[in-house]
Amino acid sequence: MSRRSTTGVRSVTDSLGIERASQTTGVDGVARFLGWLSLGLGVASLGAGPRASRLCGVDDSRAARTVLRIAGLRELGHAATLLIPRRAGWGAWTRVAGDAVDLTALAVALRSRRGPRRRRLVLATSAVAGLTAMDLYAALRATGRPRMPAAERITASVTVNRSVEDTYRYWHDFYNLPRFMYHLQSVRRSGDGRTRWAAKAPAGRTVEWEAEIVADRPNQLIAWQSVDGSPVPNSGRVEFRRAAGGRGTEVRVELEVTPPGRKVGALVARAFGEDPQQQVRDDLRRFKQVIETGEITRSDGSPDGISVQQQLRQRPGRPPATRVEWPVASR
Amino acid sequence: MRANCWIAPNRVAVEDVPDPQIVNPRDAIVRVTSSAICGSDLHLLDGFSPAMRRGDVLGHEFMGEIVELGPGVRDGFRVGDRVVVGFPIACGDCASCQRGLYSLCENSNPNAGIAELAMGHSPAGIYGYSHLLGGYAGGQAQYVRVPFADVGALKVDDDLSDEQVLFLSDVLPTGYMAAELCDITPGDTVAVWGAGPVGQFAAVSAFLLGAERVIVIDRYPYRLRMAGEKAGAETINYEETDVLDALRETTAGRGPDACIDAAGMESHHASAALYAYDRVKQAARLETDRPHALREAILSCRNGGTIAAIGAYGGFIDKFPMGSFMNRSLTMRSGQAHVQRYMRPLLDRIRRGQLDPSFIITHTMRLDDAAEGYDIFKNKQDECMKVVLKP
Repeated sequence: MSRRSTTGVRSVTDSLGIERASQTTGVDGVARFLGWLSLGLGVASLGAGPRASRLCGVDDSRAARTVLRIAGLRELGHAATLLIPRRAGWGAWTRVAGDAVDLTALAVALRSRRGPRRRRLVLATSAVAGLTAMDLYAALRATGRPRMPAAERITASVTVNRSVEDTYRYWHDFYNLPRFMYHLQSVRRSGDGRTRWAAKAPAGRTVEWEAEIVADRPNQLIAWQSVDGSPVPNSGRVEFRRAAGGRGTEVRVELEVTPPGRKVGALVARAFGEDPQQQVRDDLRRFKQVIETGEITRSDGSPDGISVQQQLRQRPGRPPATRVEWPVASR
Repeated sequence: MRANCWIAPNRVAVEDVPDPQIVNPRDAIVRVTSSAICGSDLHLLDGFSPAMRRGDVLGHEFMGEIVELGPGVRDGFRVGDRVVVGFPIACGDCASCQRGLYSLCENSNPNAGIAELAMGHSPAGIYGYSHLLGGYAGGQAQYVRVPFADVGALKVDDDLSDEQVLFLSDVLPTGYMAAELCDITPGDTVAVWGAGPVGQFAAVSAFLLGAERVIVIDRYPYRLRMAGEKAGAETINYEETDVLDALRETTAGRGPDACIDAAGMESHHASAALYAYDRVKQAARLETDRPHALREAILSCRNGGTIAAIGAYGGFIDKFPMGSFMNRSLTMRSGQAHVQRYMRPLLDRIRRGQLDPSFIITHTMRLDDAAEGYDIFKNKQDECMKVVLKP
């Protein structure tokens, strides 16, 4: 459910680039249930009066009835905050606050009750405690950070000083991709118009998958996706657009990847600096270098060319002691 | 090989380092015959740039002979060619290079991500100029790797001396570009803050481009003397004269039509208190640059005039007189010099005898004595204007 802003940029809802909308539906279910529960309790407390108080072990006194009516009104308030907004937000916390008040009142009452009245009170207290746990869960989920989804969408873009035709042609030849996509080891033809991709995975492993082109509009767009059964289900699309006034070609890449090991794998990869978003951004910088100049720019501090990891672990700006491998020869 | 390396703030040392190698098709290896210490090397020396690492080879003004060529170098370069190399590393193929904005090359900084954090977007990589601008080894060495050699190197004939053409690598085009940024029209008065090499060449260039008067501001009498004798400029010593008053007076109240800041981020101020204010903030890293000259240039400039900020800045400044700048319709133009754009035309001017940039050289030393050269230059000892190092 991604939206486009007026500048054509997809809205990103948090630092991980994950949309909140798809994450909160489950939470909303719980919140809505609690909302209806509040409505029921509120109506019961206001309507049923003495029976409700006996049920929860409270004396059928004047004071108790007043307290119960106030509690009923409060429950209607909870119901409103939980049921009226489209999405449960801070409203879920009002129930938690109400629970705290109830538990306090019950604890005070518990000190002076004995016998069957005490047993009913204990039952009521445990019921409220259970509801409190549920309220707390709903409130935390409604207002906290959403979970990482199974698939991660990554977008990046770059402008290159080449025609749309050249840019499309270069990208369309998938065998060129490993030249600037450092995590790819190779892309090979595998028959049926499919290609076989091999990529470096965290911890020195290699993953392979087969991909097929699912859309190909010359000089506009290429989209591909891994075929069923891939260990790393992924899909991607690259769009080419002529930049205004002879400013070259705008290249926009969108990838969707399910990292191996899902959430844990992605977090581990991130810890080792293999942030997919950053990888794609670096890939595009190198793509620009290769298509514009014919080579990947290398310095003494960053001998392997642009990459965030290398920027963080700079070698001194002096020639390396060892013979550097000639990318010239390998190309 | 021997190379002058940054060791720690205010410490450089000539060390044995590995020889450079060809790593990309368009690389060349140049055997350096002359290199120079630039005023901006002093900013790196101080350690105000956080992106220096122990062992970085310094130097972005150098020339020499091509001793090795990658297979992809275009334009008929040969081993044995005598070349002078422009300090911005530029690919020649990106949109910026093709518009002549070589110091904004979009492909030559492999650490563009760091530069983007600091500056929003990345400029070109520069030899020996911190890891923010690429982490390239510099040219104060016996050999240097020149990436995109077909764009960075300019062949020079043997009948011109190293001293005549060496400064095509940086300070001459930089001074020239400062004057060009002023859009000089006949009758213009141009004021130049800083009488170092860039200020000297800015003054010379302003006359070449048609300025009526050029006024150079500094505090070292020997530098002002050179500006008077070699560039033909009028001079103001800011420790003896109030600059704003003097400029207003000499232009009958108008102010200079264009003002060039050729002093940059470590400028001084005649008032000890005002100097101390910025010096302390800089030391505490509350501002990275001391902009005395820039502030004065803005306040001095005539209404609707132009400021050319050519002296090097690295980060942030404080007390920018925005009110004066905005209310008086000033224009500010700036940039690291797009050296490759100016090298050939300036070489022609040198060849025709219109320019002889060698007048700024006051010291010629062995590369092994680089540390002493930095010391003399930094402390303006022995009337030092420019140190040339010979490997």
